[in-house]
Amino acid sequence: MSTPDDRSAEGRGHLNRSRPNEGTMMEGYNFAYLDEATKRMIRRAILKAVAIPGHQIPFGAREMPLPYGWGTGGIQVTASILGPADTLKVIDQGSDDTTNAISIRRFFRRVAGVATTERTAEASVIQTRHRIPERTLREDQIMVYQVPQPEPLFKLEPRRAETKRLHALADYGLMHVRLYEDIARLGHIAKAYDYPVMVNGRYLMSPSPIPAFDNPKMHRMAALQLFGAGREKRIYAIPPYTEVRSLDFEDHPFRPIRAPHACAFCGSTDTYLDEVITDDAGGRMFVCSDTDFCTERQDAAASREAAE
Amino acid sequence: MTTPLLTAEGLTLRFGAIPALLDVAIDVAEGEVVAIVGESGSGKTTLLRVLSGLMSPDAGTVRWLGQDVHAMGEAARRRLMRTEWGFVHQNPRDGLRLNVSAGGNVGERLMAVGARHYGNIRTEALSWLARVEVDAARIDDLPRTFSGGMQQRLQIARTLVTRPRLVFMDEPTGGLDVSVQARLLDLIRSLSRELGLSVLIVTHDIAAARLLADRILVMRRGRVVEQGLTDRVLDDPQHPYTQLLVSSVLAA
Repeated sequence: MSTPDDRSAEGRGHLNRSRPNEGTMMEGYNFAYLDEATKRMIRRAILKAVAIPGHQIPFGAREMPLPYGWGTGGIQVTASILGPADTLKVIDQGSDDTTNAISIRRFFRRVAGVATTERTAEASVIQTRHRIPERTLREDQIMVYQVPQPEPLFKLEPRRAETKRLHALADYGLMHVRLYEDIARLGHIAKAYDYPVMVNGRYLMSPSPIPAFDNPKMHRMAALQLFGAGREKRIYAIPPYTEVRSLDFEDHPFRPIRAPHACAFCGSTDTYLDEVITDDAGGRMFVCSDTDFCTERQDAAASREAAE
Repeated sequence: MTTPLLTAEGLTLRFGAIPALLDVAIDVAEGEVVAIVGESGSGKTTLLRVLSGLMSPDAGTVRWLGQDVHAMGEAARRRLMRTEWGFVHQNPRDGLRLNVSAGGNVGERLMAVGARHYGNIRTEALSWLARVEVDAARIDDLPRTFSGGMQQRLQIARTLVTRPRLVFMDEPTGGLDVSVQARLLDLIRSLSRELGLSVLIVTHDIAAARLLADRILVMRRGRVVEQGLTDRVLDDPQHPYTQLLVSSVLAA
């Protein structure tokens, strides 16, 4: 059960970012909640997914103690790859301190007793919804994405059997038709998130609802990237250093979209920004969506000032 | 005579007890327009579907340039379908994507074979719309806002944009009024002559067959009862069924 101490530790965030948590594991649950047979099944699906980059592998998703759409796929992948020595970071909309991020982090602290952190650099497993951290990831880290809809052709071809065939035949003209329509109607490709990518020059893949801004980070990323879709019961993966290309036209190349402002806190001009409404009189500000990266920059700036 | 592009022999297909095709043989040469006529239920459309690889026969073979169509893999057959072949459906709604603009419909086959330059696709789409007499201003409109005749012309543009060598047409003029039919037939005839297309056209309209076809096959109950040059078959029908068919055409 959660203690008041537990909550205040979360609330203070950066004061106590990493805490090895011996002795707080819940009784009566297997390590990391799932039973070993389930974890083995999911690991088999993950191995298969890594062997065929971008290809969707079906798996028997379990009921998890949170609703579909809140990260049941990601949480199952995380549970199957987590070891006692791992340090877990959970991102929701780029932020470490939103409800979903806090809940999932606390869930794994309680059922696996693993250390959790908000620092990207310290984490060995990063479960994410909507963002890839701004900091470059390393070979010893694993990204786990929560995916609502794993099928990139879903909106164009509703029949699963048919999309499977299209993937098998690498028949992706349809996706380009959709991009063509955007340019014909709006003058540019209007997809700002969940922007389709080609993985390893073979499979069309949905990168989960991350902003198109983050797509280039997937290309030849050093970390292993795993994608779990709980409701749709699919797992797919991008092994380290795999080619990931965003679809585009030669005369309308892919452009990552970003609000043309500087972060109000750290002044960064090359990170993805959230627009925050501050009052009901049109007041607004733009801040980094990656809270850890922003805090780090602010701390660095503060210590530079102190040194001067 | 040139070697035929498409040859089929011994095609037999039964739907349960109903024989849809019985030992049908056909071949189509380069640049030739062949019409298949017959009453409804005579197996015309089934023959077209078997020849284009959409259905496999119980017996017999279909060869494209000497290659067995039904023995090749699905990937190869699909590639054939979007490059060297085209299929014009009776109902344009089956052949078009109704939630995609006219330009996107024409461009789809280009993109499917690897065109990745928006400007070029757009130019090609515009030139094809002009060829099938669809107003260039309507390139970004959805096909569902088009009239039946325009939809059918759009479907033809979409099919011909990758310059196929053989086009299968399943009653392309069905469901259109007579003046629109005439224009469409005229369009098909001029395009097929201009591009040197081979066309395999299924129709129950003897007048359309006379206008378009070099050769004609008459089908009845799954069998080809008579075949030959169009003028010969229509002016001097040998088989009683063909005689009946020809004599039942209304003189305008």
